[in-house]
Amino acid sequence: MINRLGHFINQNRGFVGAVLMFTVLFVSYQMLHPRGFSTAVLIQNSNESVAIAFVAMAQTIPVLIGGLDLSVGAVMTLANCIASVVVNGTPGQMLLGMVFTLACGTMFGLMNGLIVVYGRIQPIIATLATGAIAIGLALIIRPSPGGNIDGDLNWAVTNAVFDFAETYGLADDGNAAWLQPFANIPVPLIILLVVGLGVWLPFKRTVTGRTIYAIGSSEGAAYMSGLPIARAKIAAFTLAGFFASCGGLYLAVQTSSGNADVTQAGAYTLNSIAAVVLGGTSLLGGIGGAVGSLIGAMILRVISFYFRILSIDPLLQPLIEGVVLLTAVSLGALRTLRVKNTLELFR
Amino acid sequence: MNFFERISPENKPILIALLFVGVIVMAGTAYTLSTQGTAPMLSPPYLLQQLQIGSFLGICAAGMMIVILLGHIDLSIPWTLTAAAMMATTVGGYWAIPTGLAVGLIVGLFNGFGVAYLRIPSMIFTLGVDSVMRGLMVAHTGGFAPQTEATPLMRVLAAEKFLGIPVAIFVWAFISVIVAIILTRTGFGRSIYATGAKERASYLSGIRTRAVVIGAFVCSGLCAAAAGVLLAGYSNNAYQGMGNAYLLPSIAAVVLGGTHILGGRGRYLGTLVGVILIVFLNSVLSIMQMPEAYRQIIYGCVIIGMLLVYGRGQRVTS
Repeated sequence: MINRLGHFINQNRGFVGAVLMFTVLFVSYQMLHPRGFSTAVLIQNSNESVAIAFVAMAQTIPVLIGGLDLSVGAVMTLANCIASVVVNGTPGQMLLGMVFTLACGTMFGLMNGLIVVYGRIQPIIATLATGAIAIGLALIIRPSPGGNIDGDLNWAVTNAVFDFAETYGLADDGNAAWLQPFANIPVPLIILLVVGLGVWLPFKRTVTGRTIYAIGSSEGAAYMSGLPIARAKIAAFTLAGFFASCGGLYLAVQTSSGNADVTQAGAYTLNSIAAVVLGGTSLLGGIGGAVGSLIGAMILRVISFYFRILSIDPLLQPLIEGVVLLTAVSLGALRTLRVKNTLELFR
Repeated sequence: MNFFERISPENKPILIALLFVGVIVMAGTAYTLSTQGTAPMLSPPYLLQQLQIGSFLGICAAGMMIVILLGHIDLSIPWTLTAAAMMATTVGGYWAIPTGLAVGLIVGLFNGFGVAYLRIPSMIFTLGVDSVMRGLMVAHTGGFAPQTEATPLMRVLAAEKFLGIPVAIFVWAFISVIVAIILTRTGFGRSIYATGAKERASYLSGIRTRAVVIGAFVCSGLCAAAAGVLLAGYSNNAYQGMGNAYLLPSIAAVVLGGTHILGGRGRYLGTLVGVILIVFLNSVLSIMQMPEAYRQIIYGCVIIGMLLVYGRGQRVTS
């Protein structure tokens, strides 16, 4: 058992490091916070982490095949704008609207995949271009910020399980005895874990999922082994589109509006790359996973939470954020100390 | 044997991009002729003015190209540019321009150190440096546009005309000549191509690849800083986020010019044509008063379309 644990740690150094870093940061944050470890703080924290966590998970999969998706932020914005138009009306209509939003994002990801595989254009530059297209579409759908998403829905999914049950009159308005152990868990956290892990973990175990890792390690070897390369690449970008649109949909429900903000889209894309790296995924491909990126995204968020409880000059906050990010990614340099043959450093 | 098969694969993208520039200008002229009965796009003053605006992008793209030739990327351009502009206007006087360029030099050295010695992927390291620079500038200016103004020399370089041609175009041409000479006529330039093609092989053949990487990032930092100093001279002061509009277009310009995004291949002439393509595309779209939304979509479609014509990679089959 201990042997297997040691094996796991050895094989997932980046991931284990990220989990440790997150735990230390998060626990000390909660201890410093005057109302630490309370449901309210937890709800607030998880609400602010969902969108970036989904976008980071979206980014992971193209990174695993050794590519990069510069359109994730834009697809998230597109989904955000679509959702702000279609998610309203009766519960049935809202559900249909959500499905439609996710379908649009997934289709956009599929388009990315088709361009990369059959157009044979480098992912980074292809998605740079499709990202512009996504932003353009988002601007057409919502030229100015706005939208009206059902207030009940907003309340239900941005609070604890109890409030969710109470809003929709489930489980005796949330007072049923069996619900009590879960009553204080934030709904956004559940959405993130259920959708994120529910899609990623089973997918990772399929042939397509394993092929994604194989392509990242050595595309030539994957091809010679007869793995379905084209299918895996298309699946990677499609799944990225799906996760990005999950983030956009949640953002729409959370803010009750859609906003085609170019700057915000760019910031989400760049932060997603940072989160992927912090989560222990190699930008060269083949190593890592979406769960690590989820943790990486949370690390990014926790760092910014600290500014609320520590009295730091607001003008210094961006600097501190930048230095912490740079230091965190520079920890990857420790790898160079373990290299025995200098040649291994060069590609 | 037809004409297209005879030109080398390196020149093909340049030729096609140049043809497309022609198509853009013709389309713009046809549009203005049909709506206003005039053809402003073909008038030299208009073209020169467009090139003047394009010179900032052109200088950024020159630096970006050197880094992309190595198979790396420099995402720190926006705030290097802004920081150089802000420090130049803050210092003022004769030391304004040297200070701005020094900012670029320092950022370039730091980027190069992180990528070459710490072996952090450039994509993430330069991103971190960019946010550090942003933090430094927010702390320096208090988050507002600085009140300081550009020096007369900066204004002359960016906004004045010499012999009827904007001086900024001369600056761009000067930097272009230097970069072209570096890339084609010096050992450093050949080392850049070699390192970009296969770093391991270059290292084994005695090229000091770490120094090459640092040198390339210094070039990129200096170019971004030069663009920042010029841009501050053009608009008479520095402001927050002035560099944000230059990152993605400069990558697009380099790639449209036929430089391979994974490094090792590309000619500087191509980058020049790529910049002109993007500048003219933008100007035609603004003549047509195209809304931002459609502008973005057209922009994306043009990049994809052009690359489908000549930027297709090989299938990996072994």
